Amino acid sequence: MSHENLPASPVEFEGVRRPGAAARRRYWKSLDELAKTPAFMDFLHREFPEQASMFEDEKGRREFLTLMGASLALAGLTACTKQPEERILPYVRQPEALVPGRPLFFATAASHDGYARGLLVESHEGRPTKVEGNPDHPASLGATDSFGQAHVLGLYDPDRSKAVLYLGQLRTWGDFRAALREPLAKLKAKGGAGLRFLTGRVTSPTLAAQMQELLQSMPAAKWVSWEPVSRDNTRAGAVMAFGEPVEPQYRFDQADVILSLEADFVSGHPASLRLVREFASRRRGGSELAAMNRLYVVEGSPTLTGASADHRLALRSSAIEGFARAVAAGCGLPASGAVAHDWVAPLVKDLKRAGSKALVLAGESQPPAVHALAHAINEALGAIGTTVSYTAPAEAQPGGETAALAALVDEMRQGQVEMLVVLGANPVYAAPADLKLVEALDKVPFRVHHGLTVDETAGRVHWHLPASHPLESWGDLRAVDGTATIVQPLIAPLYHTLSEIEVLDAFARAEGTPKGYDVVRAHWRTPLGASDFEARWNRALNDGVVAGSAFPAKAVKARASTIPAPAAAAAASLEVAFRPDPSVFDGRFANLGWLQELPKPLTKVTWDNLALVSPKTAAELGGVATEQTARGHVTEVAELSLDGRTLKAPLWVLPGHADGVVTLHLGYGRTRAGQIGNGTGFDAYALRTSSAPWTASGLQVRKTGETARIACTQDHWTIEQPEHQQAHERHVVRSVTRDELAKDEHVVHKLGHVPDPGLSLYPPVEYKGHAWGMTIDMSACVGCNACVTACQSENNVPVVGKEQVARGREMHWIRVDRYYAGAPENPETFHQPIPCMQCENAPCEVVCPVAATVHSDEGLNDMVYNRCVGTRYCSNNCPYKVRRFNFLLYQDWDTPTFKMQRNPEVTVRSRGVMEKCTYCVQRISRARIDAKNQGREMKDGDVVTACEAACPAQAIVFGDVNDKTSRVAKLKADPRNYALLAELQTKPRTTYLAAVRNPNPEIPGASGQDERHG
Amino acid sequence: MAQVFPRQANDFARASLVIGGVVAAAVLGSFFFVWPRSSYMTRQKEARSQPVPFYHLHHVGGMGLDCRYCHTSVDKSAVAGIPPTKTCMNCHSQIFKDSPTLEPVRASFRDGTALEWVKVHDLPDFVYFNHSAHVNKGVGCTTCHGPIDKMAFVWQEKSLLMEWCLECHRAPEKYLRPRSEVYSVAWQPPSNQLELGRKLALDYGVQTSTSCSTCHR
Amino acid sequence: MASDERVVHPVIGPGHTFGSVTDKIASLVLTKKTPIGWFVGFAISFSLLMVMLVTVAHLLFTGIGIWGNNIPIGWAFDIINFVWWIGIGHAGTLISAILLLLKQQWRTSINRFAEAMTLFAVACAGMFPILHMGRSWIGFYWLMPYPNTMGLWPNFKSPLIWDVFAVSTYATVSALFWYVGLIPDLATLRDRAQNQLVKVVYGFFAVGWRGSARHWANYEIAYLILAGLSTPLVLSVHTVVSFDFSAGIVPGWHATIFPPYFVAGAIYAGFAMVLTLAIPLRKAYGLEDFITMRHIENMAKVMLATSLIVAYGYSMEAFMAWYSGNTYERFMMWNRMFGPYGWSYWLLIFCNVFVINTLWIKKLRTNTVYLFVVSLIVGVGMWLERFVIIVTSLHRDFLPSSWGSYRGTPWDYSMFFGTIGLFLTLFFLFIRFLPTISIFEMRTLVPAATGEEKKS
Repeated sequence: MSHENLPASPVEFEGVRRPGAAARRRYWKSLDELAKTPAFMDFLHREFPEQASMFEDEKGRREFLTLMGASLALAGLTACTKQPEERILPYVRQPEALVPGRPLFFATAASHDGYARGLLVESHEGRPTKVEGNPDHPASLGATDSFGQAHVLGLYDPDRSKAVLYLGQLRTWGDFRAALREPLAKLKAKGGAGLRFLTGRVTSPTLAAQMQELLQSMPAAKWVSWEPVSRDNTRAGAVMAFGEPVEPQYRFDQADVILSLEADFVSGHPASLRLVREFASRRRGGSELAAMNRLYVVEGSPTLTGASADHRLALRSSAIEGFARAVAAGCGLPASGAVAHDWVAPLVKDLKRAGSKALVLAGESQPPAVHALAHAINEALGAIGTTVSYTAPAEAQPGGETAALAALVDEMRQGQVEMLVVLGANPVYAAPADLKLVEALDKVPFRVHHGLTVDETAGRVHWHLPASHPLESWGDLRAVDGTATIVQPLIAPLYHTLSEIEVLDAFARAEGTPKGYDVVRAHWRTPLGASDFEARWNRALNDGVVAGSAFPAKAVKARASTIPAPAAAAAASLEVAFRPDPSVFDGRFANLGWLQELPKPLTKVTWDNLALVSPKTAAELGGVATEQTARGHVTEVAELSLDGRTLKAPLWVLPGHADGVVTLHLGYGRTRAGQIGNGTGFDAYALRTSSAPWTASGLQVRKTGETARIACTQDHWTIEQPEHQQAHERHVVRSVTRDELAKDEHVVHKLGHVPDPGLSLYPPVEYKGHAWGMTIDMSACVGCNACVTACQSENNVPVVGKEQVARGREMHWIRVDRYYAGAPENPETFHQPIPCMQCENAPCEVVCPVAATVHSDEGLNDMVYNRCVGTRYCSNNCPYKVRRFNFLLYQDWDTPTFKMQRNPEVTVRSRGVMEKCTYCVQRISRARIDAKNQGREMKDGDVVTACEAACPAQAIVFGDVNDKTSRVAKLKADPRNYALLAELQTKPRTTYLAAVRNPNPEIPGASGQDERHG
Repeated sequence: MAQVFPRQANDFARASLVIGGVVAAAVLGSFFFVWPRSSYMTRQKEARSQPVPFYHLHHVGGMGLDCRYCHTSVDKSAVAGIPPTKTCMNCHSQIFKDSPTLEPVRASFRDGTALEWVKVHDLPDFVYFNHSAHVNKGVGCTTCHGPIDKMAFVWQEKSLLMEWCLECHRAPEKYLRPRSEVYSVAWQPPSNQLELGRKLALDYGVQTSTSCSTCHR
Repeated sequence: MASDERVVHPVIGPGHTFGSVTDKIASLVLTKKTPIGWFVGFAISFSLLMVMLVTVAHLLFTGIGIWGNNIPIGWAFDIINFVWWIGIGHAGTLISAILLLLKQQWRTSINRFAEAMTLFAVACAGMFPILHMGRSWIGFYWLMPYPNTMGLWPNFKSPLIWDVFAVSTYATVSALFWYVGLIPDLATLRDRAQNQLVKVVYGFFAVGWRGSARHWANYEIAYLILAGLSTPLVLSVHTVVSFDFSAGIVPGWHATIFPPYFVAGAIYAGFAMVLTLAIPLRKAYGLEDFITMRHIENMAKVMLATSLIVAYGYSMEAFMAWYSGNTYERFMMWNRMFGPYGWSYWLLIFCNVFVINTLWIKKLRTNTVYLFVVSLIVGVGMWLERFVIIVTSLHRDFLPSSWGSYRGTPWDYSMFFGTIGLFLTLFFLFIRFLPTISIFEMRTLVPAATGEEKKS
């Protein structure tokens, strides 16, 4: 059916319909000519998504929705209106391998802070619609994270930069080349003195090679690569320990005991997808109980890693070094400045017991010394070679990023920089505040910015160049282990854009139109080898990885001696911790509605960042009053000041947060992100300095008396309220320790009374053919939200905007519920993903007056949007509250690019209908029809739901319960398996595997043994 | 006391009851039963003009082209596939290569702009029909598309209303034919269709699936 | 002792003759000069009605989102108002049908406008099952069982479908009942009217009534049959409405006590509304002779009686919640009383249980001003009862993670007060153009008539 929904605007049109032809870049005869047409100007200033932006102001929203509503109410009268006449536009020359109506998958990669994450991108008639992970890629193993999923939305973001701008005025590439020629020639003459390139972290071999070439031709030119979320400490730590900036490659599947010193490997590591997979492989249901690993986490700001820990110690960042030194000393290393802690002895004992199977890792937010200590401890334990190995770093310029930026800013301030070319970085927004980058920047006479959006930096330069999206351009990337991937475009650029490689090529060669494809191919001729280059090239494109390009392990020797004595202990003043945001990272994703509306894993807050504090700290600040209202959570706003700089931030109490620390997430408060990202949250960079990028002390907090409205999708932290004992009685979350389970394998079932399923007035229904079911493993789930975004992308789930989320109208088909157990100071955290349970006795079905939700013969709880009249009775009667209602017209029916993004296999719901998870029934149908066309039965793994595919921990398993050999059937037989609210006799097809934790009995006050079950 | 109404008023009153009832029944009936099934609403049997006067009558009826020559993906995909201009040009770069009626085709091939065909069999976007699932199970083209070989401009033979889909989904044996005959335009159901149908349904593993999610997602 | 009874509390003021009754009641309608008060009241109600129309338009063009409803509180004001109005719509038929069959003469003077009130209340109620739907423009006919082109039927298992039948049947029968009862009086008006047009209009609706013995005989039969038909409806309608809740599994809904307790509540609310209208009406039009203290007091007693049943319902809910030992039920009750919406529960208890019990005191019971206030309070209380049942049950059900909270938007309120506007508008038109009290039935009560009755 995808032929019909062709985009309205001629600009996308070309790109979509005939990728082949579009590659000829026949958008417009010339931009100059086009630039004058009002249509194009209007197109440039298109708003997105109309409703989301209008949600900000009540009035605008009403106007918009009234109009849309009107048109819809008419369209709704299906009985009285004919189908509008539709056209079919076939290809002129149909591409090979393309079968209309069947998606194609292409292997490529996208960068996340520089490092490659392998992707398989689904393409419908040339339109990329969905991202999957590439199983062959070491940093993906088939999984994706929310960021990866959102790349497809980034491609279609209507706020993307669409044309060359000079001081905000529309120009052409031709104009830019002309303007560049003369100054560049001057600089070339001076050997490049005064020419500076500023890029993000570069792992692209081609790009790096281009840079080297440029720098050779112009020795006096300089190239600075910098990321706001730097890895300087990691590199410096490696240098301190080994004398070279090596990259530690962890092997969690080998590790029995893991100590994380503020290392958030679940969400904050370039290889987190792989690490989570390996970590979960030793905990998941069905895995050998005896082989279960144990994770200790010491951290200041709660992270998902801490939430997955068997033992979590909340220590403010600055205090962790002392702890690390104590552990090091315990492992017999000469480490001065150890700070005693009653954890150390049993911890060290456990590490030594594990020996080479132990692993200690330090987080980027810790100073180099802690990293060095971690390396030294690993060596002392003999872990190097088993649980960790060391390779060359993947990036072209490892470490020292912040220092390099600072140096560059100095040069700019002293007027030594004549031309600054910023490629894919946004320093104006994200640079440390103490550098005062903006005023220095203004001293540069010729400033160029190349980026996806007209962002803060684009607003301070002379020339802004629109960048092609990774899904539109040729390139290459390295994963953190060095594995290279050739990035291939899924679609010809939607707008008149060039990739970084193409822009750099323009600097190297004054003439000729650059072709990313040629540049990348040219670069890979040597590494792939001239002999049968084509075959290898095609193989690399097909696999998404260049075979054998991973770096070899280096033999390194850690030197504990070089670790300096600790600096004077930090003053007892209030500390501030800066962390990348779980949803929008460092701010680069701020304009993606999917991510903005993604409930943050621990706070469940959307569309905002907060000043997070511990209960005790909150009390010291005179208490933080947060009230849940029908229009969102209203919380107190405080003014934070750090050496003279101030900002206002809403305070939020987070259980398990270290005392005396305020955590601020980066990435918000953007001013030129776009219609979605502008004005959400506050800009934490305003307090961040180059000297203390992660932790700074001396923070002053003053409550302003103002309040802020926060859109939080789950009842805000309510541990002491009676409803939490209720949650306890309800056995919603079941968790046991490894030993409890080893003692009595039925312990999980004893946690809650389940009446005999035979207790029914009706005879049980037989499911002859397939019976689809799902298990979700709470031992494996780390709460990363990948499933939520994957579902949103697969099922055309709309973004509703902060105001609607605050009213309790978010639309996510799968949500991750967060429960706490134990003392608020340091509780256990549990994540429980909740899709539709597909109850066999579904309470929603009987009450629907028009039979819009009924049972399929395979036991699915079908939801028929086109039959739904929206009484909402089903939702009232759903004990799991997984049903979502289109209270307003949430889908954006206007923005052409979104028409291209949607999955043509799933109905786009309109106002007034109920919707919910269907176990990705479109994928079931596809698999079934394919199997039948091939004349075979469906087998386990033919159907992979979007959430299951994305999950890095493989916590979600879907399949045919009737097929006793299927993974899901086996897991449902596992003694850990239990059904949510089983006593209601709804017989849910989705069941859970109880969370199993592996605490060390020797650890004093091992967290919340007594008071578990959230 | 003077009468307000004349005597006949009573008869009017009685008559109005009957007539009123009949009129109401007629109006409601036509709105709920006749109107939605009318060919005006369904556009059944309405030949639709196309940018190029492509005659199935000639290509299928006359020359006996196989359906799959143009509709290549009918047995592999949800959509049967409308042929790319290239397919037309395979022949028409030699035959009728100067015919003015074919100018749009040549133009399309020249400057790479797609021909815009009018969609005749147009299901609502919330219906997910899959051609391959049907043709591979012995549902013939003409069963739904009618005597395509007799059509100059194609018309929609069946109503395409949901009740029409269900008619077959509930009892496929009435319509099944051997796979070998699926693309035949000459096929006529034999006298023992029912028994043949039941046999085929068994051989081809045809389900009578009327779950909502069979067609709606 | 019936006769003494009647002397002590007459159902009609002393000294009335057939003529005086007819004059008095007919004059209200046939008078040339409409009282200024009527215009004021009508103006206010009509403007409220306009507010409703604006709200409905905005609702249809924008969506349910203009209301405060959310997930988990899928139903709120929409269904609260529906149940409230349908409940109010009960007293009329009860008075007309059941009291008629029970030969309660005191029903005579109030049945006419009680029935009218019923119709108007049902009209208000009837809108909500349509308007609360996200896609009412198709929902309104998809709920009807007819062989459509989709080969689909409604889900007869759903209580919402039962509602469709229950409410539409009830509306139809009540309308017929009311109209049949009107026919003789319409004829009277036709005969007494001066203006020819008025004669024609009333004459048209009087369908040629001549008051012949045959007419009266047919009339009596028809009226009794309709009374017989509507009696079970009085019980069935609210029973079915209560199934909307008791058929669900939501804690606080899933209770077998709902049908009786809803019916009692409906009658309770209905009588409250009758009093709310009767007391000002008899004052404004000087009908003290027809709507006597006897009527007022009897209605007060009925309210008192039904209030006790309702109170029993409340206590049983609480008791069963505890006695069941069911976590969810217990928490529901705790949450109802002490949760964020506790105020609504206690206010409801105050309105529906405490205030009403002051009516044990005859002094208060016979004080019309006090009674008027009480009847208003009961109206509020019954609305709150539905608020408690619907909102507080939904906002915290099974999974603590999905608990929410609710607040009505201005559109919720404009919708609610708009329906009150609709109700009053219709009622004002009714008292202006139709006899608010059944003339011919009142005539059977005048001493002359009853005297003869006694002799024979």
